[in-house]
Amino acid sequence: MAEADQQSEPASAPAAPVEIKAVPVRRPGRWVAGFLIIVVAAALAKSVATNPRFGWSTVGEYLFAPTVMDGLVKTIELTFLSMLIGIAIGVLLAVMRLSPNPIVVAASGFYIWLFRGTPVLVQLLFWAFIAALYPVITLGVPFGPGLLSFDANTWITPFVAVLLGLGLNEGAYMSEIVRAGLLSVDEGQEEAAKALGMRRMMTMRRVILPQAMRVIIPPTGNETIGMLKTTSLVSVLAYTELLYAVQLIYATNYKQIPLLIVASIWYLVLTTILSIGQYFIERHYGRGTARAVPPTLLMRIWQSFSTWRHTKVDVPEQTRHGL
Amino acid sequence: MSEPMVKAEAVHKRFGRNEVLKGITLEVAAGEVMCLLGPSGSGKSTFLRCINHLEKINSGRIWVDGNLVGYRQKGDRLHEISERDVAEERAQIGMVFQRFNLFGHMTAEQNIIEAPIRVAGLKPDVARAEAKLLMDRVGLGDRLGAYPAQLSGGQQQRVAIARALAMKPKLMLFDEPTSALDPELVGEVLDVMRALAADGMTMVVVTHETGFAKEVGDTVVFMDDGVVVESGDPAAVFNSPQHARTQAFLSKVL
Repeated sequence: MAEADQQSEPASAPAAPVEIKAVPVRRPGRWVAGFLIIVVAAALAKSVATNPRFGWSTVGEYLFAPTVMDGLVKTIELTFLSMLIGIAIGVLLAVMRLSPNPIVVAASGFYIWLFRGTPVLVQLLFWAFIAALYPVITLGVPFGPGLLSFDANTWITPFVAVLLGLGLNEGAYMSEIVRAGLLSVDEGQEEAAKALGMRRMMTMRRVILPQAMRVIIPPTGNETIGMLKTTSLVSVLAYTELLYAVQLIYATNYKQIPLLIVASIWYLVLTTILSIGQYFIERHYGRGTARAVPPTLLMRIWQSFSTWRHTKVDVPEQTRHGL
Repeated sequence: MSEPMVKAEAVHKRFGRNEVLKGITLEVAAGEVMCLLGPSGSGKSTFLRCINHLEKINSGRIWVDGNLVGYRQKGDRLHEISERDVAEERAQIGMVFQRFNLFGHMTAEQNIIEAPIRVAGLKPDVARAEAKLLMDRVGLGDRLGAYPAQLSGGQQQRVAIARALAMKPKLMLFDEPTSALDPELVGEVLDVMRALAADGMTMVVVTHETGFAKEVGDTVVFMDDGVVVESGDPAAVFNSPQHARTQAFLSKVL
């Protein structure tokens, strides 16, 4: 017997390796925890569904109301445009921060200090009242003749004030994200570009920034989702985005809870869409790296369920009897 | 003898208070292959990086093909040259790094055509045709579409050499091109460099590959502690080193 084994091991053609089908370790804790969570969730769901004060019929009635739709569009518009401003300012500030010129570095640092150091709400109010500070805004040579003047009251509309408030504030946060991204790119990349005769700005645009994107995108996704919700602050300036739209409605019909639910549903729908979009953008900028983009939460839940099912199915009949 | 491709005169370089180069004087003729040897920290790589102005020298002069590197002499004063002019000088000098430094977000082909298109102003289809030829030359004609992460170290370094050659440099600098490679991959990179030397390319090679230096090098320069200790014909330096420090170093690496 022993002899035969010794002979067959190196000499004979390799047999297909026998797949291990071990009995998995039992984890009763997981089942208990899973069960408890499902019970609590079911209780919550029942209460939400049956408590008449949630006013689900009112929710349905107003979910697609024209005022709400209008507010929704404005919220999307604000989120998109102020993120655009924020990203542009953020990239500019981050590049300035890494400049060899100390005054440029200081200017960038001052901006970040100012806009990150005061609450957005305060900044929004400032922009709303800008006409009190500068009734006429003049562009021209500093200390010299003005070239272009405009009246603050007519040009800084609520929309412009809100965009300035959200965008300029976001720029300060985005600059830190972009800077971290730029610093994450290996110095050798810049050196290789230099050695090929590329200049600083071209190196930044063609070599550093595209690779920094992999680090910049995930927190920018978070910022966008944060911005979507921060736009609701604008309701205090009586700008009719989503929240102010539902406030206008419940100011007349006093159905606060159902209308706040309407707003919440739309915020959730938008954040969900943004999260999905983020996944695909990350995948795009992850090209060229060996590591795959990690699966989303939903994919992970799905996978763990399918492995649960598989382990159950894979357990051979015999073993189960044996247990 | 015509003008040397590289001429260095009493080059000094400090990092803070640490003096790394303490007066390097040497010449590299056109078509010559010079190998720089020496223990780590001896300043070989720093000197190489001074040649294309990746490092600014503190005193002395370096000329490449008769042009002062990084400065312009006006009367008895030196003027720094603009970023544009530095870039122009660098575009004519190829450099290969220890860590390859291929652009990670670009395929091999994109790595090679980037500078020819953006810096030299080549038409994309011309640049692509040349990239194909260069990749054939380094034996990777079928990997144009591969990203650096999908290539082995040796393949990446060969793409890096092709990328440098795409700018049609008159001088190639190699900064320990095989030090980051698995031993079995060193040969393929050295083969490409050997072929390049045979084509008459002027090369300055910082290396620990004494075999390569002996076989391909026209000159070997042994550096230690920021100075050139000994230089000359490889056979002479390897077989009968004159200085105790050279002897000690060679007895360890050979």
